[in-house]
Order: sequence, then C-alpha cells, then structure tokens
Amino acid sequence: MSIILEAQGVSKAFGRLVAVDTLDYTIEANSINSIIGPNGAGKTTFFNVVTGYYKPTTGKVVFNQRNISGSRPNQLTRIGIARTFQTIRLFNNLTARENVLIGMHHRLKSGVFGDIFRPPAVRREEAKAHEEAGQLLDYVGLKGYEEHAAKSLPYGHQRRLEIARALATQPQLLLLDEPTAGMNPNETQDMILFIRKLRDERNLSILLIEHDMKVVMTISDKVTVLDYGKKISEGQPDEVQKDERVIEAYLGRRALEMLKK
Amino acid sequence: MRDILAHPRSMFSGQLRWVLIAIFVVLAPLAMKELELLTNFGLITQVNRALIFVALAQGLNIVVGLAGLLDLGYAAFFAIGAYTFGLLTWPTHDIEMSFFLAIWICALVAAVFGIIIGAPTLRLRGDYLAIVTLAFGEIIPALVRNLGDFTLTFRGRVLIEDYNLTNGSQGLTPLGRPDFSFLENLFGLDEGALNVGVNPTFWYFAIVITSMIVLFSAIRLNNSRLGRAWKAIREDETAADFMGVDPIRTKLAAFAIGASFSGLAGAVYASMLGAIFPELFKFQVSIFLLIIVVLSGRGSIWGVLIGGIIIATFDGVFLAQVLPDIFNGEVLPEYDVQSLRWVFFGIGLIVIMIFRPQGLFPPKSIETKIVPPTVESAEGVQNS
Repeated sequence: MSIILEAQGVSKAFGRLVAVDTLDYTIEANSINSIIGPNGAGKTTFFNVVTGYYKPTTGKVVFNQRNISGSRPNQLTRIGIARTFQTIRLFNNLTARENVLIGMHHRLKSGVFGDIFRPPAVRREEAKAHEEAGQLLDYVGLKGYEEHAAKSLPYGHQRRLEIARALATQPQLLLLDEPTAGMNPNETQDMILFIRKLRDERNLSILLIEHDMKVVMTISDKVTVLDYGKKISEGQPDEVQKDERVIEAYLGRRALEMLKK
Repeated sequence: MRDILAHPRSMFSGQLRWVLIAIFVVLAPLAMKELELLTNFGLITQVNRALIFVALAQGLNIVVGLAGLLDLGYAAFFAIGAYTFGLLTWPTHDIEMSFFLAIWICALVAAVFGIIIGAPTLRLRGDYLAIVTLAFGEIIPALVRNLGDFTLTFRGRVLIEDYNLTNGSQGLTPLGRPDFSFLENLFGLDEGALNVGVNPTFWYFAIVITSMIVLFSAIRLNNSRLGRAWKAIREDETAADFMGVDPIRTKLAAFAIGASFSGLAGAVYASMLGAIFPELFKFQVSIFLLIIVVLSGRGSIWGVLIGGIIIATFDGVFLAQVLPDIFNGEVLPEYDVQSLRWVFFGIGLIVIMIFRPQGLFPPKSIETKIVPPTVESAEGVQNS
C-alpha cells in the first residue's frame, strides 16, 4: 500500500511546553488510523500541525510526496486534506446546504464579476454545486434539512453536517476529531459503520482522535498512542491493548503492578 | 405586524410587486414636490441624500454585515470617491473629465484604496481591526486638509513644489456635472435645455439609478460564491480557512467591493453638491452609516435599503427641519435642537439592542429557529 501522509520528526512547542515531540507517523492510503492518549497528550496539536493551523517547530510533514509544513489550512484543503472539529464549528447562521457549498468553494471558479452578472457558465456551475450539496447531505443522512439553519439542527445532525462539509472539499485524507463525542451507543454504532463506509466507498484515508475505546478498537487499521507528545505505542488494536506502556500511561504504574500480580 | 417587519417583501408577490415599486419610484418626486409646497420643508434633496447614504450603507453592509469586519472608518472611502471625482473634474486641474467616465474611475480608485488599507490590517481581528480602521477614517480627511499646498522632495531634489491638490479646507468647487449636450445636439434642442445643474428631480433619478446599480450588485453577491465565503468568514473564520476559503483574499474582496460602492456614491454625491470639503467626511459619517446598518439589520440588503431610507430621511427632515421648527418657535427659542441628533440615535440603538438585537429587518436565515424532525432522516446513517 502506498503512503499518503508522512510526518518526519515533527515537534510543536509552545514556549517551553513541547506538545508534540519528534513524532514520526505515517498514514497508508485507504486506511483508518486512530490516535489515542490521555488528555493533553498532544493529539489535537498534531491534528493542527497536519492541517496547517500550526507550523511544526521542527521536522516536516509530507503529503503525497509534497512537503506541506508551513502551508496554510486553506491551501491544504485544496490539495486534499479535510477535517472536522472536536467542538462543532459549523457556520451557524447559514443553511445546511450553504455549509456544504462552502466546502466546495475552492472548486468553484466564479469571480466577482461572474457573481454579479451571472453568465450561463456561472449559473450552470451554481446549479450543479447546489445539486451536489443536496446529494452529499443525503449521503450523510440529512435529506430534508437542506434549508435549515445549521444551528437549528440537533447535535447528532450537526456532527454529520460537519462531515458532509468536509467531504464537499473532496479530500483524500479526512481527519475526524472525536467524531462520537457526546453520542449515545446507537449513534456511536451508526458512526462506526459510517466511517467504514467512507473508507470503502470514497477511497478515503481517515485519521481519528477518539476517546471511546470501543470505537477505536472496532474500526482502526492502526492505533497510535501518544503521551506527553511522544509516541509510546503503535500497531494493530489488539497489540496496542496489551502494551504495558499504554496501560501505564492510562492507569499509572501502580495499576500496572497490580495487574501483573 | 412582526411578520411584515421581518419580511417586508411578503406584502406583495411576483411581478405586481415590481410594477408597484416602479410606479412608486417614478411618482415619488411629484408627491414630494407637493408636500414641499404644503409644508415648507425640504424633502427631495433630503431623500436624495438619504439614497446616497443607502448606497454607502450597502457597501458598509458588505463589510460589516456579510463579512463581519467592524469598520469604523468607512467614510474614508466615501471621501476618496468624492475627492477623486473632485480631482478629475475641478476646472483648476484642467482635466474636467466627463461625469459618466469619472464615476467609474472613482469606484475603481476607492476599491484600490480598500485593498491598500486592507492588506496590512485584515490580519487583525475584531477590536483591533476596528481601531485601525478608525485611525484610517481620521487620516484621510486630515490628509485632504493638508494637501492644499504640498512640496515633495526626494534626496534633496524638489519634485513637486507648493502644489495645490485638494485646495485644503476650502474644498473643491465647482465640480463637474453630467453633460447631456450630446443629447441636445441629437434631438435638436436648444443649447442648455438639458443642463441639470442642481435640479433635485434630476438628481433624484440619477441617485435612484446609482442606488439600483449598488443594490443589484449587493443582491447578486449576497447569494453567490463570494457572498457565501464572506458569511462563512463572519460565522467562523478559522473553520472557513479549514474548508478552503482563503480568509485574507475573501476579506480583501469585501473591503474592495464595499469601498467601490462608497466610491461610486461619493462621486455622485460630489457632483450633486458641486462642492466638497474635508468636513463632509468626518467620523460622524462613519458612525451614522454604521447606525443605519445595525438598526436595519446586519447582513440584510433589503433591510438596509428600507432602514437606510427611513433613518436618513428621518435625520434630514424630522431632526434637522421639523423638530427645530416646533421647538425653536416658542418652547426653546435659543436652544439648538440639532445637537440632540445623536441623543436620538443613541437611544434608538439602545432600544434596538435590547428588544431586537438582530435589527429591524434582519436577513431571513437568522430568523429560522424551527426544528421539525419530520423526515426519514433518523435512519439516514445506517441506511446509506
């Protein structure tokens, strides 16, 4: 399998606090990858480095053989990296359809004068984009909510709308920051199936941050454990589960000793 | 009543609405003339001024209402438009460009200034941007006041000496007016038959056309690729950046287009007055425009149109003429009632902020708070 993303010795420091510490990380095409770790382990910071929000202090990130460290988020969206957020960040006062259309922004060509005078080419482009947005909303299960303000949707629907918006950018790599946070077991189960479907039907590579171990262990092709910004374990779900360093990081040394007895 | 306030367009439907509006617009000056004779208050000139402010407010609404950038120095672009027109048509400068060409150049120059000002400042957010634009709004009139006599030297060599660009605080007058002599020739009319001068009815129609150009552009932009990007930036700039919207370019476009509306309106205003002074573009003008946008409903193009006409006419007719007439006659002969003008707007703002913070005529989508869980969407994820 080919490697789509490679982080080489990536560090991100905030003053003297090293949030991500010389991390090497690869993502294979068409796979589901999870990053887990205690609070403050540097997971979201790593997300923000990969998506261009932070420039790595040292090291570099390579996406499809291209060095992307230092690129702005919108530039990375253009070349195929999309994300959702830990706390939902929709465009609240826009409709569901408009939220998805923003995801298509970089693929549409109309300029200022095209927007004002609307020649046939612009009309066609807009009509096609509106239709495609409708299809995407249908795909994530939001058919019938196209014209509703994003803020008026129930929580679970808002999460799905965020994914639809990210899919609208036509990514190759999709980063999901705690996609099942705040969901009940049924909704969580739906989300697991949905994430698999994204990988299989849309040929996506997916990187997850997730606290729900059931989710992580069910869907991941690879699990990586971070603690204090460093990678302490990596492998298939069952391997990681047995790793002593992981148990120590989560439960402490005493717990590990008790388990051994 | 609330419904009509929220959706003024719902009163009439389809083509009938447009026919009624067209008839109203054409007949309005006649009615206003009658009213003027009846009451002795200046009306048409005030409505003209109000419509200029509507065009200006539409530009500010793009910056503040759609893109969410608080601009406290917007009158600077108004000044740039008016003074560009002044420079191009003031006889002393010997350019005396045609009105019909000059106004577009003014819009373009203002847009360029929008980009020049925006480029270094639009990295700032919120309050910081407001302060920088406030300073810019003060700099432009100061600059205009001081370019009446300037000398430019470069490495000891005098490039320009004692040049009078803006005529300082005395202002520029007279300025160019639309010249219809080609029509006079075409139809064999007497020379000067179509000399518009200060004829308020002519300017009413000229300004209505200007406002319609601005309004049309604003409506189209509001519902377009760029308009969506502005609103996305307003809602959450960081999220918009992650979704592929370049925040800097998008905000620059808002500044440039907002400024170009202002430049166009400023040029027409300058030509109508026939004279411009730095005093016309003070900080109060920026605040007045901001009040129009906030009271009418940020982001609502129809709202700013209707609210702008009401507020600016109220200001020019009621506060400036009717009120002094009532009070200064008997009640308070010495008191300058005009000085209460800002008290009225202040109270208006407070009342609106408490009871209707989204403004009198807010945009439609902000009003929807309905959640009908009707559709078969519940099983959406597992089915698909």
